[in-house]
Amino acid sequence: MDQSLLQELQNAREEKRQVVLASNLTNGSSKLLYPFENKEEDILNEEGRLALRNDRPREVKQNGETWFLNIFNPPLRMFIVGAVHIAQKLAPMAAAAAYEVTVIDPRRSFGSDFRFPDITLDDRWPDEALADLKPDRRTALVTLTHDAKLDDPALEAALKSDVFYIGALGSTRTNAKRHQRLERAGFTPEQMSRINGPVGLDIGAQSPAEIAISIMAEITASLRGKQSNDL
Amino acid sequence: MNQQLENADRDDVLKAALHWKGAGKSVALATVIQTWGSAPRPTGSQLAIDSDGNMVGSVSGGCVEGAVIQEALELMNDGGFKTLEFGVSNDEAWEVGLACGGKIRIFVEALN
Repeated sequence: MDQSLLQELQNAREEKRQVVLASNLTNGSSKLLYPFENKEEDILNEEGRLALRNDRPREVKQNGETWFLNIFNPPLRMFIVGAVHIAQKLAPMAAAAAYEVTVIDPRRSFGSDFRFPDITLDDRWPDEALADLKPDRRTALVTLTHDAKLDDPALEAALKSDVFYIGALGSTRTNAKRHQRLERAGFTPEQMSRINGPVGLDIGAQSPAEIAISIMAEITASLRGKQSNDL
Repeated sequence: MNQQLENADRDDVLKAALHWKGAGKSVALATVIQTWGSAPRPTGSQLAIDSDGNMVGSVSGGCVEGAVIQEALELMNDGGFKTLEFGVSNDEAWEVGLACGGKIRIFVEALN
């Protein structure tokens, strides 16, 4: 491998891009692939997408040659809007699943360190916080406040980004109202279909911890590319 | 099992390789490309080696690094790449150092 290629790989990682280092095991050559930044359907890009999505390198044969696709994913992040009960259960679960978790809530009595030991708290308003944190393809966003003043700006920011998962707590009725507000704000039904609401897989969850499990399960399914009708 | 690699660890490996190269040393990279059984490090794990035999990273948690470094030093002189296989039966496992009878394939290449 050339030093310049290794430098390019390191640069791509610092820019938090999803990058694949493809090494040809037959002739020793290597190249970088950015499978989510193109629509190429060749086997290296297709398999590269799968490897990145599954967080697992893979070996691929192309024209009688063997390639090893090593993956370099930026860290998973989760932004939870609303330092509420469910967030207290969801944040440590997400951290255990290797997410860098940030709980966003400008209401100071909610987002205290006492309620969220070892979790990053952000007391800015969601639109301001998200403009700064720049959610990307490796980010999940969940709104839990039930309060349109806090939830809606977060959802609008998420819909304008590439986040892989958007979830919004609230009943079917709350969700319908939310859709109306977002429609007035200019979002199409297709865009709004990215929002999972009511949030979480339907596992009959009742307690905050159980609801957190259902949300975590839904996020995992989205991350790994499982279709919800398989579940 | 989630075999997600530690981002910080990988950062160190690539940084070390670039740093050594920048300092004018010869450098080789080793990557785990396949594992069978209970191999100690997942596929994709990397080890950077310089011409003085310094290393950063890990391909087997210490088990076969010695053998990998020997091959790496040869590649630094001759250039090119090589695929190594450490196939280990349970009896031999202790000798080569893969304590649990795992099996790994490692791709080693010189950095040009």
